[in-house]
Amino acid sequence: MIVLEAVSHDFDGRPVLVDIDLTLAERRIGIVGANGSGKSTFARLLNGLVVPNHGHVLIDGIDTRKDVKAIRRKVGFVFQNPDHQIVMPIVAEDMAFGLKARKIPKGEIDGRIDAALARYGLGHLRERPVHTLSGGEKQLVALSAVLVTEPTIIVFDEPTTLLDLRNRNRVAEAIDALPHPTIVVTHDLDLLSGFERVLMIADGRVAADGRPADVLAFYREQMR
Amino acid sequence: MTIGLYQPGHSALHRLPAGAKLAGLLVVSLALFLIPSTALALLSVPVAFAVYLSTGAPFRRLIAELRGPAVLLLIIFAFHAIFGSIADGVLTVARFATLILLASAITHATPISEMAALVEWLLSPLRPLGVNPEKVGLAIALAIRFIPLIAEELRHIREAQAARGLAANPLALFVPLIIRTLKAADELADAIEARGYDG
Repeated sequence: MIVLEAVSHDFDGRPVLVDIDLTLAERRIGIVGANGSGKSTFARLLNGLVVPNHGHVLIDGIDTRKDVKAIRRKVGFVFQNPDHQIVMPIVAEDMAFGLKARKIPKGEIDGRIDAALARYGLGHLRERPVHTLSGGEKQLVALSAVLVTEPTIIVFDEPTTLLDLRNRNRVAEAIDALPHPTIVVTHDLDLLSGFERVLMIADGRVAADGRPADVLAFYREQMR
Repeated sequence: MTIGLYQPGHSALHRLPAGAKLAGLLVVSLALFLIPSTALALLSVPVAFAVYLSTGAPFRRLIAELRGPAVLLLIIFAFHAIFGSIADGVLTVARFATLILLASAITHATPISEMAALVEWLLSPLRPLGVNPEKVGLAIALAIRFIPLIAEELRHIREAQAARGLAANPLALFVPLIIRTLKAADELADAIEARGYDG
């Protein structure tokens, strides 16, 4: 469960998130909002990439300010641009990156990589240089590299923005099939069909919070 | 250059440990430069060529990769021919051509993780002096990872400028490239943190 208590954050004096109190316990939560509304900062709070200036973010009771290592083991993060998430030049090397950081034995690393790639039918890409993959393949590799670390929660920051329709659909199916509690920041409103809860962020505040149909209708109205 | 172009395969060179490959390259380099034999140097070129092809790399790729170094070798040869002798030029070019071919072959046949692990092992005695071998290994991997990203950014900027009717201008090209590369580096740093790396 994720709890935000009186969270506010600013960058160089410019408020980005203002006084947010939330409890997030649903399995599928979407975050929408205009560019610059604070939704990406919100997502980064959940993995400890951003520590709020005021208030607390608790993941399963652990404060992101106090034990960021434990938070990163719990919360996997998939970025908008896989090119800026994939660290190593070869697919298998990149997937091993997060596991080596956790001191996992080599035999177990290999097994986890094989299983994660097989999940999306990407086993043939194991030894491929990353720069030769398509956008969709890169995004699925980025997701697989998060899954091998066995997080309990996964946060996506605009995972389909850079993809064509076919690859967007592949990533949407992959997200849909995840057993993990998942938080998705997106402009792709269709991605949120079937979600349990959607938050709309505007000017750093939660402007709407509820069932997807209600919040998205309100959001569309606001964006006219 | 051939850096970052590892190609999966099962050749003998692929199976050798990275340390053995680099040690072999070092021995060949020393032998080539310590033994002043033109015949040996000339003989080493086709051998290195065979080693390159044994990795399974296609011939057309070799030609494409050697275009840049060939210009450099021509300049070296011309320098020797003008200020020294043609024989010196042949010897020097044969030595460098051998080493370039062997280095390319090793790059094709060695994953960067193995290279980085080797560098980490070589630097581990320096740990008491404050050197962090893991960080050096990561820096090498990131540098290689960034090569295709920077090339892609460069292409995008060129296209955007051409679409707006701007002629090729190094300053107009490199300023946005540096800004975009720094931004990408910033995001990559976030990703490294997010994935639990704490150096």
